[in-house]
Amino acid sequence: MEKRIRVLIAKPGLDGHDRGAKVIARALRDAGFEVIYTGLRQTPELITVTALQEDVNVIGLSILSGSHNTIFPKVLRLMKEKDMSNVLLIAGGVIPDSDIPALKAAGVAEIFTPGTPTASIVDFIKANVK
Amino acid sequence: MANESLKSKVQAYNAKVERSLEKRPERKNLPHNRLYTPLDTEGLDYESDLGFPGEYPYTRGVQPTMYRGRFWTMRQYAGFSSAEESNKRYKYLLQQGQTGLSCAFDLPTQIGYDSDDAIADGEVGKVGVAIDSLADMEILFDDIDLGKVSTSMTINAPATVLLAMYIAVAEKQGVAVEDLKGTIQNDILKEYSARGTYIFPPKPSMRLITNIFEYCSKNVPQWNTISISGYHIREAGSTAIQEIAFTIADGIAYVEAAIKAGLNVDDFASRLSFFWDVHNNVLEEVCKLRASRRVWAKVMKERFGAQSPRSMMLRTHMQTAGSMLTAQQPENNIARVALQTAAAVLGGTQSLHTNSKDEALALPTEDSVRVALRTQQIVAYESGLGDVVDPLAGSYYIEALTSEIEQGCWDYIQKIDDMGGAVAAIEKGYIQGEIQESAYKWQMDVENKQRIIVGVNQFQIEEKPLEGLLRVDEAVGVMQKAKLAKLRAGRDNADLTTKLAAIEEAAKDESKNLMPYILDAVKAYGTIGEICNVMRKVFGEYEAHVSL
Repeated sequence: MEKRIRVLIAKPGLDGHDRGAKVIARALRDAGFEVIYTGLRQTPELITVTALQEDVNVIGLSILSGSHNTIFPKVLRLMKEKDMSNVLLIAGGVIPDSDIPALKAAGVAEIFTPGTPTASIVDFIKANVK
Repeated sequence: MANESLKSKVQAYNAKVERSLEKRPERKNLPHNRLYTPLDTEGLDYESDLGFPGEYPYTRGVQPTMYRGRFWTMRQYAGFSSAEESNKRYKYLLQQGQTGLSCAFDLPTQIGYDSDDAIADGEVGKVGVAIDSLADMEILFDDIDLGKVSTSMTINAPATVLLAMYIAVAEKQGVAVEDLKGTIQNDILKEYSARGTYIFPPKPSMRLITNIFEYCSKNVPQWNTISISGYHIREAGSTAIQEIAFTIADGIAYVEAAIKAGLNVDDFASRLSFFWDVHNNVLEEVCKLRASRRVWAKVMKERFGAQSPRSMMLRTHMQTAGSMLTAQQPENNIARVALQTAAAVLGGTQSLHTNSKDEALALPTEDSVRVALRTQQIVAYESGLGDVVDPLAGSYYIEALTSEIEQGCWDYIQKIDDMGGAVAAIEKGYIQGEIQESAYKWQMDVENKQRIIVGVNQFQIEEKPLEGLLRVDEAVGVMQKAKLAKLRAGRDNADLTTKLAAIEEAAKDESKNLMPYILDAVKAYGTIGEICNVMRKVFGEYEAHVSL
């Protein structure tokens, strides 16, 4: 049997908006992935440690509080330090279009903004998981 | 009998319609009945179920004349970056005809961390204004007369600290504390179930809330001591019934806690206020408001034996649904907000915030906030919707739906009572689970096109990113850190240490009201982080129930 794709959905920072994170986590589970949801207020350190412990293929970060330009690069830096190049980092939330190119250049594989159907996230993961 | 004749005619009508359904199918997600008739309001008794505005059970509104005298308070939720920036926005809004202030605080402030705490990195000034100490609060309300304006503050876990700062600023302005008007959200239970800015576990949190009830009833009598909030429950994905049911269940828990703490229900209940979402389904929202007033009136009178009419009135602020704004074709949001405003007014709100068209993308610009405020002014001055009290009453559908929502609400309250009340239901994850279930169903309905969101899953266009969005200057974090360093160097630290120690001692003694101790520390320029850390030491922190 093919190994199931494992995904960590995480809420970094202090943001409490978790409707999107929970809906996506459940949609990914319904699509056949193994999903771990961290809950709120996760530090970048905690997220990468959990990702390693859980041996995930994908980390999905959700931020709606505007702290993405600080937090996403921190997670990416830790992923590099911990040699997690085989883990796909994706993100979603309220992220202005103008911030997206720099975040992608820094290593976020894709950023899903409001209105994205969950099916397109499923497809993206299937196509890009390393 | 007349009803028998009507019943058979309604049956005949439905039978005729059913025969043509194959050729002309109906849309999905519609109300159970396609047509409402006198049969649907048969059990309704005008005098006991509706009555008169300003009278029990307040179905028709809490004031006798509603908007014929004064319109609702137009209160735009605002705050970002530094106290200086936000003070400018408040003055702009007041100048544009806004009638009350509403403060948005950044996440570190809401969770009781100073701006220089490592955990605050990247969050300072983002979703609201950064307030570290009384010094920031003095700037926030500079040149705004707190004796004249009413101020709502969205602050929960550290509500004691922000209320203390507000009182301290008022004293410095020479305003008598008993004249202060405003609201603190102070609703911790929905933080656990839907919003996420909790600090302490339920027990000490409930104590802080009842401390505020008691302190204000004696010292700040015109202050709304809590805004029991359904808004965030709905935004997290609940249905309309769940919104009012879970919120009223939270309200019951607060009243019980206060009575248990020795307060007399009529001494504090008149200062309890509510906060509802106003979603897109106009008539459902109107009925939700009418039903919520009827339920709360009965809860206060029958369950808690309140005597004063003011204790039975559900007074509410509302905000249009942020979750219904679309990032796609953002101009369309102006139309959505106008309809939501109509619903809030037809439902009889006391106060309203209208969202701006660009808020699915960023905090609103000054121009888009002005359009949102103008939307309220157009509904108020031009539409005629506020000319007559509760104008939709008597419609078969409105009355039937009001009763149906009321019944749905009672069913949930019963279920939550059986679990041991709202705190227990939250600790079991029941309320969170119900909300998540509804949120997921909504999302699937949108994805399966059982529910159409214009511009999102139908009527899409190719569009360019919206330009000119508001950006919070990243320098605000650095600036707040510098301000804090200066503050810590310039104040009497020995005096503050004594005051913080006094909070710690009082926190350990459940019979003490913490408000006076916190007020002392605030006046000595203790920061929100310092004060909350003392309480963290005694109270511990809440461990969230995580489930999918």
